[in-house]
Amino acid sequence: MHNQKIESLEKASALSHQKDEHGKSLWFFAWQRLKQNKLALSSVIVLTLMVLLILIGPFFSPYEFDFIDWENMSTPPDYSTQHYFGTDAMGRDLFVRTLQGGRISLMVGFVATFVSLIIGVTYGAIAGYMGGRIDNIMMRIVDIMYALPFMFLVIMLMVVFGQHIFLIFAAIGGYIWLDMARIVRGQTMSLKGKEFVESAIAVGATTPAIIFKHIVPNLLGIVCVYVTLTIPQVILVESFLSFLGLGVQEPFTSWGALVNEGAQDMEIAPWSLIYPATFLATTLFCFNFIGDGLRDALDPKDN
Amino acid sequence: MQSKDDSLLLSIQDLTVKFKTQEELITAVNNVSFDIPKGKTVGLVGESGSGKSVTSLATMGLIPMPPGQITSGKILYHGEDLLQKTEKEMREIRGNKISMIFQEPMTALNPVFRIGSQISEVLRLHKGMTKKQAWNYSIDLLDQVGIPDPKTKIKAYPHEMSGGQKQRVMIAMAIACEPDLLICDEPTTALDVTIQKQVLELMLDLQEKYHMGMLFITHDLGVIADLADDVVVMYRSNIVEQNHVHTIFKNAKHPYTKGLIACRPMLDGNPKRLLTVSDYMEEDGTEIEVPAEKFEPMIKPDKSDIDSHPVLLEVNNLKTWFPVKGGLFGRTQSHVKAVDDVSFVVHKGETLGLVGESGCGKTTLGRTILRLQKATSGNVVFDGVDIMKQDKESMRKLRSRMQIIFQDPYSSLNPRMTVGDIITEPMAIHGKGENQKERFLMAQALMDKVDLKPQHLNRYPHEFSGGQRQRICIARAIGIEPDFIICDESVSALDVSVQAQVLNLLQDLQQEMGLTYIFISHDLSVVNYISDRVGVMNQGKIVELETAKEIYENPQRNYTQRLLDAIPKGVPKDLLLN
Repeated sequence: MHNQKIESLEKASALSHQKDEHGKSLWFFAWQRLKQNKLALSSVIVLTLMVLLILIGPFFSPYEFDFIDWENMSTPPDYSTQHYFGTDAMGRDLFVRTLQGGRISLMVGFVATFVSLIIGVTYGAIAGYMGGRIDNIMMRIVDIMYALPFMFLVIMLMVVFGQHIFLIFAAIGGYIWLDMARIVRGQTMSLKGKEFVESAIAVGATTPAIIFKHIVPNLLGIVCVYVTLTIPQVILVESFLSFLGLGVQEPFTSWGALVNEGAQDMEIAPWSLIYPATFLATTLFCFNFIGDGLRDALDPKDN
Repeated sequence: MQSKDDSLLLSIQDLTVKFKTQEELITAVNNVSFDIPKGKTVGLVGESGSGKSVTSLATMGLIPMPPGQITSGKILYHGEDLLQKTEKEMREIRGNKISMIFQEPMTALNPVFRIGSQISEVLRLHKGMTKKQAWNYSIDLLDQVGIPDPKTKIKAYPHEMSGGQKQRVMIAMAIACEPDLLICDEPTTALDVTIQKQVLELMLDLQEKYHMGMLFITHDLGVIADLADDVVVMYRSNIVEQNHVHTIFKNAKHPYTKGLIACRPMLDGNPKRLLTVSDYMEEDGTEIEVPAEKFEPMIKPDKSDIDSHPVLLEVNNLKTWFPVKGGLFGRTQSHVKAVDDVSFVVHKGETLGLVGESGCGKTTLGRTILRLQKATSGNVVFDGVDIMKQDKESMRKLRSRMQIIFQDPYSSLNPRMTVGDIITEPMAIHGKGENQKERFLMAQALMDKVDLKPQHLNRYPHEFSGGQRQRICIARAIGIEPDFIICDESVSALDVSVQAQVLNLLQDLQQEMGLTYIFISHDLSVVNYISDRVGVMNQGKIVELETAKEIYENPQRNYTQRLLDAIPKGVPKDLLLN
C-alpha cells in the first residue's frame, strides 16, 4: 500500500515536470466580453478617473472644504481666485466641496453595498441551501423587515441617535441587503439541484464548505451585476436623505446635500447646482452602464 | 454531380462552414458533399463536434452569421440553391417544405402554450387554415403520431406529457405541412431505449406514408441501421465514408467507421475490452491493424460462487416514498413509491447492474443507498455498518468508502473550480496526502490513470469535452480509494464511441482497485456487458435479479423481454437474417 503510494507519487512528480497549462476561467471569458463592450469599458475608465479626482483633487486647491472666503461669496467660477467651480452662498469653495461630497457619497455607496453584500449573500445562501423550515423562518423575517417603512425607520434612528454618517451607512446597508438576500436565495435554490453539489455531499463535504465553496462562487456572477446596480441606488437614497435634510451634517457634505443647496439658489447661482449634479449623474450613468455590461458578459446563455 | 435527376431532393455540394472565434477561424464543415434522393433516408453519423449538426443547420439556413460563415458550396433543393435565398424565402421553406426535429423535446416546445395551439400555429402560418380547421387537423396529426386519446391530449401543456410523447408532438409539428424533407437531429438520444424503438418505428411509418426524404443525424450507427438507406460518416468536419447502409455494415472501408460499428456493446459475443475508434485508427487518421485476440469474445468469469464472496452491501426492505400533497393545508394524500420494498446484496468485487425505464426508481434507489435521499423505511448495511443509523460525523467518514458518478458530465463539475481543485477536494476532506502540494501530485497521477493530460489540472471544466468530464468525475471518485461506486447512468449522456472508452476505463479500474459497482442504466446492452448480475426494476420494485447471462438468455418477465427487444440490434435487419 505504502509502496504503491510512493510509486504513484514518483510517477506524478515525473509528469509534473511537463509544463503546466493554465486554464481559462469563466471570469476570464467574462472579462473578454466586457472588454468588447465600449460603453461599459469607457464607464470603467471615467469612473476610475472620477475616483482619482475625488481622492487627490482637493490637494490642488488652496482652500479647505469648510473654509469661508468672506471676499468671494456666491461668486461664479473664477480661475484668478482659484475657485474653479465658484463658491456657495457662504463663500465656501465649490470645487473642494464637490469632491469632498463625492467622497462621502461614494463611501456611502460602497460601504452600504458591501454591508448588504456580506449579509445578503450569507443570509440568502444559507436560507436557500437549508430549505424547509429554516428557509421559511429566515425569509419571513425578511418579509417583515420589508414591511417596515424605510423612511420612518431612518427618521426614528436620526431622532434617537442624532445625525451621524455611520448611522446612514448602517440604515441603508441594513435595509438594502433584503433585496440581495432574496436574489441570492432564489439562485441558490436552483444551484442546489445541480449534481456538483450532490457530489460534494457524496464526498462528505460539510454544509458550510458546500455553501461557501460550491454555492457562493457560482453566485458571484449575478451578485456582481446586482452590486453595480446597488451602488448607484444607495447613492441616490443618500442623496434623497440629504435632500430632506436627514443625511450628512454640516460642514460635511455629499452630492445629495450639494444638489439640495444648489437647487435653492438655482436662479441666482446656477453653478452651485450644475457641478455637483453633473458629478452625481455621471457616476450613476457609469455604474448603470457597467452593470449592464457585466450582465451581458456574465450571462451564461452566451457561453 | 450536377445531375438534372428529378429523383434528387437535396444535394449538398462542397459545403464549407467556418466559425470565427476570438483566436482563430475554425472549420466546422469541410468540403462536404452528399445527396438525399426523394423518399429516401440518409443517416449522417459522427461524434459530437464532427460538424454533422452544423451541416443540417446550414441546410435550414439557421447558421448564426457572424460568427459563422459559409465560405463555399451549394445546397441544392429541387435544383435551387438554398444559400442564395433571402431570409424571407427561407422562412417560406422552413417548417413548410423542410422541417426539423431536435434532440431535446423538453426545450423545443413552448411551456406556456397548449400543444394544440403550437401545432395549429404551424398549420395556420403555412397552410392558411382557419383556427378551427387547424385545431381539427392537429387532432388528426396527434392521432397519426400515436398519442392516445388525442382529443383530450391536444389541450395538454408540454409539462403534462412524458419525454416520448413530447417527441411525438414534435414529430406531429414537423410533418404538419407534409414536408418533403425532414431533418432529425438526434431525435432519440434523450429518450429511453424502449421509447426510442417506438419513435423510430413511428418515423419509419410516417416516412413511407408521406414519402419524405429524411436526413437522420446521430452519433450511434446502431440506431439508424434499420432506418437509413444511405449512410454518411463524418469525422472532424470531413466526410470519411459514404455508402449504402448494407455496404457500410458489411464492408466498412474507413477505420473510423469500423470503430463506430465495433464500439457498441452487443447483447452477446462482446470482446473483453470494447473496441474503440482508437483501436482502429491513430490520432492522425492512419489505420491500425487490429490484432485478432482483441476480437475474442469475453467469457464472463464464472461467478456462480459469488455467493461465497463476502457481502459488501446489503439492502433490506428499502422503501423511499415521496408524499403527494393536496387538498386543504397541503395534507399528504398519497405516496409516490419510488423505491418500494427492495432487498438485495452486493458481493465484494462484483458489478450489479440495475436496469429499467426512466421513472422506475433506479436513480432514487442509488441515491437512497448513499443517503443522498432519505429512506422511508428499511436499512442499508455497508460492510457490517448500518448506514441509516450513522450520525452526521460518522456518515461523513463513511462517505470516503462509497462514491457516485452521475449522468450529466456538464452539471456534475463545479464550473468555478479548476480540475485540480475538484479532484483534490475529497482528498482534503478525508485527509489523504500531507498537504495540498502532495495532493496535487496525487491528482496528476489520477489524471494519468483516467487517460487525461496531467498538465491540464489547472484548466476549468468547460474546457473539456463530455467524455473527458466524465473521466474527471471518475478521477474525483477514485481519488479517495473507495470500495464501492454507484454509476448512475454514467455513460448514457456520452457518444457511443466515448461510451466504450469510459466502460473500458471503469472495468480496468475495477480490476486494479478491486472496486465494487452498482451500475444503473436504461440501456440493457450496456448493463449486460459490464455487470455480473443484473436487477431489472419496474415501478419501484426489483422484478428480476439474475446473472447477466441468465437475464439475456432466459428472461422470466415480459417486462425484461420488452427491454431486450428494444435494444437496437446495431445491424440492419436483412443482414441479420443472412
